[in-house]
Amino acid sequence: MIPPVPEEYYLILSAVLFIIGVTGVLTRRNAIVIFMSVELMLNSVNLTLVTFSSFMGDPTGQMLVFFVMAVAAAEAAVGLAIVIALFRNKQTVHINEINIMKW
Amino acid sequence: MNFELIFFSIVSAVAVISAIMMITRPNPVMSVLYLIVNFFCLAVLYLTLHAQFIAIIQILVYAGAIMVLFLFVIMLLNLGEEKHYHEGGNRYSKLVAIGLSALALLEIIAGIVLVPKSVQPYPPAVIEMGTVEGIGKVLFTSYLFPFEITSMLLLAAMVGVIVLAKKKFD
Repeated sequence: MIPPVPEEYYLILSAVLFIIGVTGVLTRRNAIVIFMSVELMLNSVNLTLVTFSSFMGDPTGQMLVFFVMAVAAAEAAVGLAIVIALFRNKQTVHINEINIMKW
Repeated sequence: MNFELIFFSIVSAVAVISAIMMITRPNPVMSVLYLIVNFFCLAVLYLTLHAQFIAIIQILVYAGAIMVLFLFVIMLLNLGEEKHYHEGGNRYSKLVAIGLSALALLEIIAGIVLVPKSVQPYPPAVIEMGTVEGIGKVLFTSYLFPFEITSMLLLAAMVGVIVLAKKKFD
């Protein structure tokens, strides 16, 4: 079977999405949007793993994506619970005003 | 220019544009909706890679569960537009962040393009690998123990979320 799309295109798309996620984390000040940027980065890495898994015929990459998704679900739930607890204490999710741990 | 390449180009363009819109909208609800569009595009790309199970899980878990959780929290906290969207720190800090990110992107792309190919494309067994049957066979034999440990992880996350988010009774 001839590969319809070369693997480099998938990898470059994954790199572009990852860098967009990094830029979101660096430039946004809203804690929830920063969480969403982290989810975007996790997804771009998943795309890389599925690409290699599919092009090499090895299901290990897709197993790893399965576990990454399970951990991402747990991480999103815990992170949003932390955001709710912060909002209850400080009435904001703007991270410049959440600096009680900052030295 | 074959059909698959055109399809890939359209889907990846939608994915990149929705990701850029996601990090530039001041309103977090719009960010969530654009991120859902991005996740659907990634699910379509998984289908083109013959990873059907991962594509379904992507839509069910990410677009279905995690994004609903995000929307729920945003609406629970009643967040509107960011008031300090254009403020914060040094005025050049965002430009520096974008410049450094672009530099890292160029570096990654150079690494992908310049390194010679080492994998053989599409071995014969690849079509059956990503189906529910293929994934299930591997998941319940070689990866049974990590799969069971995942249930402990989800239980711990559930207990932790309840402890973090409940009102303090004192």
